[in-house]
Amino acid sequence: MAKSIDVSDLNIFYGDFCAVEDVTIPIAARSVTAFIGPSGCGKSTFLRSLNRMHEVIPGARVEGKILIDGADLYDPEVDPVEVRRQIGMVFQRPNPFPTMSIAENVIAGMRLNSRKLKKAEAAEIVEGSLRRANLWTEVKDRLDKPGSSLSGGQQQRLCIARAIAVQPQVLLMDEPCSALDPISTTAIEDLIHELKEDYTIVIVTHNMQQAARVSATTAFFNLAGVGRPGQLIEYGPTTKIFTTPENESTEAYISGRFG
Amino acid sequence: MTSHAVEGTPRPPRRLGDRVFSSLVTAAGVVILITLAGVALFLTYEGLPALTAQAAEIPGADSFRAYAWPLVYGTLLAAVLALLLAVPVSIGVALFISHFAPRRLASTLGYLVDLLAAVPSIIYGLWGIFFLAPRMVPLYEWLAGHLSWIPFFAGPASTTGRTIFTVGIVLGVMVLPIMTSICREIFLQTPRLHEEAALALGATRWEMIRMAVFPYGRSGIVSGAMLALGRALGETIAVATVLSVSGVVSLNLISNTNPGTIAANIALKFPEASGIEVNILIATGLVLFVITFLVNFLARAIVGRRAEFSGAN
Repeated sequence: MAKSIDVSDLNIFYGDFCAVEDVTIPIAARSVTAFIGPSGCGKSTFLRSLNRMHEVIPGARVEGKILIDGADLYDPEVDPVEVRRQIGMVFQRPNPFPTMSIAENVIAGMRLNSRKLKKAEAAEIVEGSLRRANLWTEVKDRLDKPGSSLSGGQQQRLCIARAIAVQPQVLLMDEPCSALDPISTTAIEDLIHELKEDYTIVIVTHNMQQAARVSATTAFFNLAGVGRPGQLIEYGPTTKIFTTPENESTEAYISGRFG
Repeated sequence: MTSHAVEGTPRPPRRLGDRVFSSLVTAAGVVILITLAGVALFLTYEGLPALTAQAAEIPGADSFRAYAWPLVYGTLLAAVLALLLAVPVSIGVALFISHFAPRRLASTLGYLVDLLAAVPSIIYGLWGIFFLAPRMVPLYEWLAGHLSWIPFFAGPASTTGRTIFTVGIVLGVMVLPIMTSICREIFLQTPRLHEEAALALGATRWEMIRMAVFPYGRSGIVSGAMLALGRALGETIAVATVLSVSGVVSLNLISNTNPGTIAANIALKFPEASGIEVNILIATGLVLFVITFLVNFLARAIVGRRAEFSGAN
């Protein structure tokens, strides 16, 4: 189910502005890869190019190659809608659909995939996904309440449940804990540990301890300068990046001597 | 207890500017209430004699109810027709402007739609009677010929085209701008976060609109439709110009015999009315006032029913 990702020579543009330049990185299946780096260095932009969410912004485009298990993600034949059904995404701010109940939120993606969902099937998926997202015991008695009635941390886990309900091959997480308190953060990190058994997970984070805790591989992004494109400085096993990075700026960033 | 308790709840000091401003906006709110109350009082006071009038005094009917009923029916029928035509078109135009059109085209189109609202209603009336009505005749004839088993198209088809259906179209065009503007504004305000949530789940553009844009805009769409309905219910001169009236209650939308509408009836009859006839016309105005109120309450109820899920929390 999980797939690996191979990115080579990728440039990402907003109109004429090159936001991210020349990224080449392999991302292993069934593992967690973390992107770290200062704000505005293109981590999120790069993440969004991995499920073709980047191009929903007018004028945004991509040059280079991304292979998902060998298949070209940006082949003209490939339907971006189909891509997004297989590569799930969790956003920085929890975004459950406010007009849907908790249960409806979980199966929102399923409803897109197959219109006819039997009641029992739906209930099974709702329970299974919520259990996997460690949210089931907290919400099982109020599945018909609106998703927005939950706390921030619960909402984020609901969003994760929604993303994994469709059984994606890859799960992209864009700073999923930055709006959450430490307890909710721990809950979500535990969840990431469990999910990596089945999914390829890519997570953007500003929290270096978090990157160190959850990821097997870490990639460091940096800006070449103001108004210049972001670049991938280096990547490698997380323990190596955090102990003996090759690049000076990585060293400066992880040790807090930045800028 | 301290001296505060004796004087009642202690009030925090308030700035002069705050006090002035809050009195000003309170006054603005009160003006609305006074105006409404004034209109209601006038309508009730002047209309009451009509409700107790002798049968002989009422032109063309045995009682006020018999007099007013076809007008109420015609008013509602024309307004509902207008909404049926205008709502889908407005939502479509608004969606096109907010989510599909390139930016420059979108702003031009938005501007043009707003311009439609500035056309005086007599112009719409003249357009309806001289342009639209004659061109509708062939359609009415076809409908009467082929679909006459549907009560709406029973025929015989009008030869002038001055039917309640034509009025519905004219009213639909008239309410289009206000409804489109409101829908467009509300669609543009859909949180980017919700739209991206839908897209990231693999929704197509249309599915994204159904999952994120419509639910978020629901109350706005209903409000827009109610404002539009208000305008359609109260529209006077365009209806008076176009419609050929004979005071019947019928489902037939395409014939020469049509129910009038309250507002148009007042406009047509008022110049020659005297005595109790004036009271009768004003009483029909009171009926229209009440209908408008009911419609608005109904709309609020619809919007409020799922307030918990509205996205406002």
